[in-house]
Amino acid sequence: MIAFIVTSILCFVIYLLLTTGSGTFGLWSLEEILLGIILSLITGFITRKIFIKKDFRMLNPIRWLIFLVYIIGPFFIGMAKSNIDVAYRVITGKINPGIVKITPDLKTDLGITLLANSITLTPGTLSVDIDEEKNNLYIHWINVDEKKLKGDTVETKYVCGNFEKWVRRITE
Amino acid sequence: MLGLIIDIIVYIFLIIGVFFSFLAGFGLLRFPDVYTRLHAGTKCTTFGSIFITGSVIILGLKMWYLGSADGSVLAIHTAGALIAILLTNPTGAHAIARAAHKSGVKPVGAVVDGLDKVNGKTIKYQKEKMEEKK
Repeated sequence: MIAFIVTSILCFVIYLLLTTGSGTFGLWSLEEILLGIILSLITGFITRKIFIKKDFRMLNPIRWLIFLVYIIGPFFIGMAKSNIDVAYRVITGKINPGIVKITPDLKTDLGITLLANSITLTPGTLSVDIDEEKNNLYIHWINVDEKKLKGDTVETKYVCGNFEKWVRRITE
Repeated sequence: MLGLIIDIIVYIFLIIGVFFSFLAGFGLLRFPDVYTRLHAGTKCTTFGSIFITGSVIILGLKMWYLGSADGSVLAIHTAGALIAILLTNPTGAHAIARAAHKSGVKPVGAVVDGLDKVNGKTIKYQKEKMEEKK
């Protein structure tokens, strides 16, 4: 039941965002709002089991607040640094690439997805593959620091700073 | 006066965005293999798109503030496009990199290749099968 309500409300909000400026009732026309309610109820009924699997952990608004702070603060700074770094490598052509393994201690699928996407968008790293049983990530690192290698494994903090802590704070 | 300041901010954002998009294209030509090219192709285009769409959002908000309802449509739809770019760009890059390594593309000049243990056997098996067919 909660899954149905949450999915419907989210669908309705997205529908409203996509139909702004259509009329005089606030920003929307009355027809759009009525059609939006009907469509989002149908969509919520069909997709509730796909959208929310088991736990309702992400319904906590504090987690969304931390997520926003993470996107605006450390993530954006990391991304800016990454772009200056890639710009330097594009211009000079100095690269030392390799594929390394990291072992982040995350349990949920959402957490590992968030970390993999963060890694792809930040300094000199690109997530290539995932070991789905152990949640290990394989990372293509454009400038491998050979002193920090142990075999083919690297500690997570050298690859993505404190992102692991932030992701754990958001999803676990 | 306020309008002028906002216009200057919009121009600065556009210049930064175009610069990074240019670097992305330059990197695609300059780097040696798939993975390093993806580095240029994902990070620089995302950062460039953030600034270009950001300038459009600011312009839309300015139009909205000056009393045109079209401004709200412009700002909100562009914000939606920005979220879509932020979600799909790293996912697409991940899919391309994974497919490339599974089909046997080695990273050029690699110091280590941790994935070779995982994918090496299947690639060998596939190659043998291909040769048998021939």
